[in-house]
Amino acid sequence: MKQKLFHLSKRKELPWYAAWAIRGVAILLALVVCGVVTTAMTGEDPIAIYKTMWAGAFGTSRRIWNTLQYLALLLCVSLAVTPAFRMKFWNVGGEGQVLMGGLATAACMILLGDKLPNWLLIPIMIVSALLAGAIWGGIPAFFKAKWNTNETLFTLMMNYVATQLVAYYVIVWEVPKGSGKIGIINQNSHAGWLPTIAGQKYLLTILVVAILTGLLYIYLNWSKQGYEISVVGESVRTARYVGIKVDRVIIRTMLLSGALCGLAGLLLVGGSDHTITVNTAGGRGFTAVMVSWMAKFNPIGMIFTSLLLVFLGRGSSEISSKFQLNDSFGDILTGIILFFIIGCEFFISYKISLHRASRKEDK
Amino acid sequence: MKKILSLVLAIVMVMGLFAVSAAAETSDVKVGFIFLHDENSTYDLNFMNAAKEACEKLGVEYVLKTNVPEGNECYEAAADMADDGCDIVFADSFGHEDYMIEAAKEFPEVQFCHATGTKAHTEGLANYHNAFASIYEGRYLAGVAAGMKLNEMIEAGEFTAEEAKMGYVGAYTYAEVVSGYTSFYLGAKSVCPSVTMDVTFTGSWYDETAEKEAANKLIEGGCKLISQHADSMGAPTACENAGVPNVSYNGSTVDACPNTFIVSSRINWAPYFEYIINCVANGEEIAADWTGNIATGSVELSDVNEQAAAAGTAEKIAEVKAALEDGSLKVFDTTTFTYNGAALESFMADVDTDPAYEGDTEVVVDGAVLESEFRSAPYFNLTIDGINLLDTAF
Repeated sequence: MKQKLFHLSKRKELPWYAAWAIRGVAILLALVVCGVVTTAMTGEDPIAIYKTMWAGAFGTSRRIWNTLQYLALLLCVSLAVTPAFRMKFWNVGGEGQVLMGGLATAACMILLGDKLPNWLLIPIMIVSALLAGAIWGGIPAFFKAKWNTNETLFTLMMNYVATQLVAYYVIVWEVPKGSGKIGIINQNSHAGWLPTIAGQKYLLTILVVAILTGLLYIYLNWSKQGYEISVVGESVRTARYVGIKVDRVIIRTMLLSGALCGLAGLLLVGGSDHTITVNTAGGRGFTAVMVSWMAKFNPIGMIFTSLLLVFLGRGSSEISSKFQLNDSFGDILTGIILFFIIGCEFFISYKISLHRASRKEDK
Repeated sequence: MKKILSLVLAIVMVMGLFAVSAAAETSDVKVGFIFLHDENSTYDLNFMNAAKEACEKLGVEYVLKTNVPEGNECYEAAADMADDGCDIVFADSFGHEDYMIEAAKEFPEVQFCHATGTKAHTEGLANYHNAFASIYEGRYLAGVAAGMKLNEMIEAGEFTAEEAKMGYVGAYTYAEVVSGYTSFYLGAKSVCPSVTMDVTFTGSWYDETAEKEAANKLIEGGCKLISQHADSMGAPTACENAGVPNVSYNGSTVDACPNTFIVSSRINWAPYFEYIINCVANGEEIAADWTGNIATGSVELSDVNEQAAAAGTAEKIAEVKAALEDGSLKVFDTTTFTYNGAALESFMADVDTDPAYEGDTEVVVDGAVLESEFRSAPYFNLTIDGINLLDTAF
């Protein structure tokens, strides 16, 4: 009988330091491969490449602020999708929910910007953004709860609907006519622009998301609703048995998920971009899936995973711009690093053992 | 305005003479370039080549950033370049304008230059500038080549003079596109008086599939020759596959389309880049609106592809070009076209951009529309007789 050369077995829980050692080695290997690839293509010395990467994310105080703001926005979307994930409801519709929140914000800014004072306009923006996101998240949850539709496909399709809605309204509100762009909304009046704190325009977003991280951590781990989410995630049958109304939990959790995505849309459109395009969400709805998953759905862990992804994105984009490579080169580097990081989770969960004994017999 | 413009042109020409000696002084200038797409887009490639050419000629340091969308990413990129020590930041796409203005307000000591924009003359920022070129002259010349090709096909009995219809793939119903296809049409009409033209829009500056589909739709609709104002290889490729002559834009596509490519007009941005770099190096002001033309070397025509073009095209182009240069020929001469069945007596163009698109400036002067005179970006946006818009969704 022919035996395989090695076989895989599920590991028992690794001690935390061993798991992190594996992750560290993976990142190190990823950086080495990135260095080799970049050197092969540009002839630059690898140390310069890592330095450039670091400089891209943290080189100047402006870049540090920028990195923190990107981190906050990605973290916000990641936090938003997490309650649903804990329930094993695979919400990949973050992109669409963010866009709808952004669209609602933009609508308020454009239609009410010259009619209402900011103290009234901004609360209206907040309410409509949260509501728009919640509705966009609530629709697939309702169908899931009532007719058990597939939430992954449903939320994914809702992204396309949201994108096309934004594309439609961009043409409706375009300035100047025929240009296909909204441009900066209320550029001179600043109506509906979220306030800046201490002269730092990114600080508000960062603070809001920091508070949200804490609140969500408490909600998921210490509240009754958070516990219900975990039970539904473990087993729907158990949840029913102990008297949890699963339909209600699904809908309630997705309304929360969607509303928080809407909040990200509000921060993007009202706080940083002051415009809306089909790219406003910038793929964060999908990246958030990875951030949340890599952190094992733990809000505190997500701070680090989103920092890692934002650092990679900004660092590799600096490499392509400094060494005059195509912007896609940055994506290649990010891809290599993610490949190693995600791949290493396999080695944390599984053990590879060689069949030494059988090999001896063959000889 | 005219005076300023001629002064600017004079400065440019003088600088051209001293470009070599200026190289030593410009070496500490650093320029950042922001591009909407990458080198796969003919539009951006045209800018990238000019940027490299100008910077290497003057020996200045430069950084490039590609695939920067027309959103807040542009502000981030521009502010980051300024923060990183760039003395000039340049962006190449119309939709970048608001974000460049935003960055310009934040970094008053850095010069922000933007191609195809419209707001520099009304924004009142000393460090924000627009630039364009009188590309309508280049389009007109390319149109002459198209008209000659139609005449040749009519003479060969392929179709009658009444059936001479061209197709045009545009991006948006925006003045830059309208001005471009109108001048192209007028060029063709000047040699083939019976010509008409169908125009369709894709709603994107770069969408290879949509542009290919649009060109195919026009060909099926009976168009005998195609031109485009969108930046992918979509339309030229569709023409090559269908064997329909194509007048290209942004640079020659003869390599990919050897049997159908006739000629291409393009803006050469190198003179502008040299101008702004020299201005900064010498501590001079950059004009709020800069319009390059044939004389500054900003408007260029590619070599005529003899295999596809009608005989004598190159000679005819040279002749018309000379007439444009000495002023005896005007592209938008109101005696050569009609609007709603009558000659155009007056046209109030929306030169100072406002949300209501109200006309604010009379641009018909001495029997011709003066394009790119009151600001660098085009403002002619009327649909003249003989041009038929198939759709205006964008």
